[in-house]
Amino acid sequence: MRTRPLRLLMAGLLLASLAAPVAAETPKDTLVMAKVIDDIISLDPAEVFELSGGEMIANLYDRIMMYEPEDTTRLVGGVAESWNVSDNGRTFTLKIKRGLRFHSGNPVTARDAAYSLQRVIKLDKTPAFILSQLGWTKDNVGDLVRAVDDATLQATITKDFAPTFVLNCLSAGVGSVVDMKEVQNHEKDGDLGHAWLKTNSAGSGPFRLRQWKANDSVVMDAFPGYRHGPPKVRRAVVRHIAEPAAQRLQLEKGDIDMARNITPDQLATLRNRPDIVVGTYPKADLYYLGLNQKHEHLKKPKVRQAIRWLVDYQGMADTFLRGQFKVHQAFWPSGFFSSLTDTPFRLDVAKAKQLLADAGVPNGFSVKLDHANTAPFMDVAQSIQSTMGQAGIKVELVPADSKQVITKYRARNHDLVLLYWSPDYMDPHSNADTFARNPDNSDDAKTKPLAWRNAWDIPDLTRKTDAAVLERDAEKRKQMYLDLQRTVQQDSAFVIMFQSTEQAAMRKNVKSFVSGPTFDTVFYRLVTK
Amino acid sequence: MNVATPAGTGRGSSLGLFVFRIGRLAVTVALTFLGLLFVTFVIGRVIPIDPALAILGDRALPHVYERVRHELGLDLPLYHQFWIYLVKAVRGDLGSSVLTGRPVIDDIRQFFPATVELATFATVLGVALGVPMGVWAAAARGRWLDHLVRVLALIGYSVPVFWLGLVGLLVFYARLDLVAGPGRLDVAYEYVVEPWSGLVLLDSLLAGELGVFRNALAHVVLPGAILGYLSLAYIARMTRSFMLAELGQEYVVAARVKGLSEARVIWRHALGNVMVPLVTVIALSYAYLLEGAVLTETVFAWPGLGLYITQSLFNADMTAVLGGTLVVGVAFVGLNLLSDVLYTFFDPRAR
Repeated sequence: MRTRPLRLLMAGLLLASLAAPVAAETPKDTLVMAKVIDDIISLDPAEVFELSGGEMIANLYDRIMMYEPEDTTRLVGGVAESWNVSDNGRTFTLKIKRGLRFHSGNPVTARDAAYSLQRVIKLDKTPAFILSQLGWTKDNVGDLVRAVDDATLQATITKDFAPTFVLNCLSAGVGSVVDMKEVQNHEKDGDLGHAWLKTNSAGSGPFRLRQWKANDSVVMDAFPGYRHGPPKVRRAVVRHIAEPAAQRLQLEKGDIDMARNITPDQLATLRNRPDIVVGTYPKADLYYLGLNQKHEHLKKPKVRQAIRWLVDYQGMADTFLRGQFKVHQAFWPSGFFSSLTDTPFRLDVAKAKQLLADAGVPNGFSVKLDHANTAPFMDVAQSIQSTMGQAGIKVELVPADSKQVITKYRARNHDLVLLYWSPDYMDPHSNADTFARNPDNSDDAKTKPLAWRNAWDIPDLTRKTDAAVLERDAEKRKQMYLDLQRTVQQDSAFVIMFQSTEQAAMRKNVKSFVSGPTFDTVFYRLVTK
Repeated sequence: MNVATPAGTGRGSSLGLFVFRIGRLAVTVALTFLGLLFVTFVIGRVIPIDPALAILGDRALPHVYERVRHELGLDLPLYHQFWIYLVKAVRGDLGSSVLTGRPVIDDIRQFFPATVELATFATVLGVALGVPMGVWAAAARGRWLDHLVRVLALIGYSVPVFWLGLVGLLVFYARLDLVAGPGRLDVAYEYVVEPWSGLVLLDSLLAGELGVFRNALAHVVLPGAILGYLSLAYIARMTRSFMLAELGQEYVVAARVKGLSEARVIWRHALGNVMVPLVTVIALSYAYLLEGAVLTETVFAWPGLGLYITQSLFNADMTAVLGGTLVVGVAFVGLNLLSDVLYTFFDPRAR
């Protein structure tokens, strides 16, 4: 009798030992990547607006215009071979490359391109504004965007926008070309195939979607018929591994080829390993402080000035943010058309104290700072709290889930807010539109750009921003954006602090991973291992 | 609720009693679920997160934002929203998750089996080791074995599972290479077996894919063992204290006086009587694990129900949270009923 539990125990151990030693290596032809991908809510290019989702569709679809992995800063034709603009600047005629095929085998035509753009407007999901700002509505898009023949797409805009701006809009995720026949085959109740396309792909990109399992993985297979030739790996697997330490262990063991969310302190130790390389990629994300102009003190120009001198930009960038951020103080990130790279502000408590005295608050005041309860926001907020405290401004930190912070921000219920912003498309208007434009500052305004959220009323700047996006002379246009950036840098409801850098750790044999400036210029097709 | 049992001896009245009991049970269960859903619903609506934001991000145009709020029913009063949900739920429509873009029922079909696999593994381990340990500790009260079991149980109780998981990975996965890392399967083994039950261990066995089975087992061993340790700690402690109470009873003395072997006294007589409360303890600890062990699931990238519910809650995705809660509720109620049935098996008086 006594031995029965012992037998059970032995049986259990035996069962466990069955599992013992496991080969730890990823298949030769498969790229396995660990990444936090729980933000994906859809893979329909008409809806995708999340960071991870954007990255996925960049690898599944070709766009009308696009940035290629060979040069992520140069705008080129995707499915478009060439384009020209009518004399009045309003009609864009694009020739479609010949011989392109979708994953299904269907040819890529101008009709697919027109359908794709119309679909975005008709479905009217979050990113639709990128195209609707061109003047396209559900009622007129059928006439304004159309295929003249299989090889010619004609798109007409209703305002005199700068051509570069329009082409940049066509390079956003909403410019992805979907396979019209395939999508129509899966249409249900007039949904333009939306329900199906959320979890499937119908593109002509280097990969086709095999499966997306929410909170678990995205698996894509190489498309042998891709216009640049098939990707170097046969399959790419992105696994959702939330815990950075787990990502690191798996990378060290060789169970994954690449880890995308490893913390800076862990990267420091990984750098010493001979079998692991850390790649660094400049990004276009900006981290900034928002100053609500409804606050009795924050609305004073001298106080806004003082706060600019109370941030330890370089100190943070050299210590806990090292490798992740560089100091950047203008609203358009460096490395692009019309970037302003001056960084006139540094930590200077004495100067700030003088400014506060001039503003009539020599002893400072109390203020709340809302920020996300994750890295790097926690550390940055604490640094700001400490340096502002040196000039008498008592900062109370209010950490919360990021969605909670944004909910509060949108209601203009904050004092100070610490957040980041990434451009929606690579044209300076994308950021000017939100940092330097606020057409209606009333509480029930229709649009809520960042300037509105901070109740920063700027009729003059709004006019200048509106003019810049219409300017067709590239050099003049550049000067206009530089001026706008200088104005916002010197005195505004924003203290722009940093531009971010992505760091990814990978096995030494992994080569040619490309991560461009935005979330949707991350490409897998050149990767070899 | 204590209802006097109607007296009766005839066949008819015993049938009546049966129907009455079933009816009472049904009402209790229905009320339990109603309460559960209502509380969850209210919690989801009072957290200061705008559910429309989870779907749209914060850059959508105002009319898109308004449309989605309307589609979600957020422009209706709270009680009205709840009513709509209930009516649909009764018809078997749990709605769609905004985060995964799929019907909640499909999500649950995907996430729950992962949790069931882990929880079952852990519970089997917890029972197989916890019960004997508790019995041994009680039999050896005050001696070193007893102390050892109590210390082990105490550690299982007090060490954060998150830390235990990471250390476990570091030691058994990274250093010793005894088990596989986070996730349910290695990439090479994905898509080999068509999911049928969603339990990879079971599916791979049924398909005769031993390689996949081995790999799945290598993945489940560590998180399963860690959760099993927690469950063991609880079960061993409870078994010990039940056994101590039982071993002090007069019938145990009588059995010993009769000359029965000590093993028979302990394992047959005392343990036999402890089984009834023990079954409840085991059922509860199993149900607790079915709720999903969020932290363990996070560390081990285990796509289970706990993680799903938590993530949905952070995004104010209430249909998903409610659907998940419903499943957890069903698990609790079901296991409670099961332990009631098991009582009659272990205790002849309850038959």
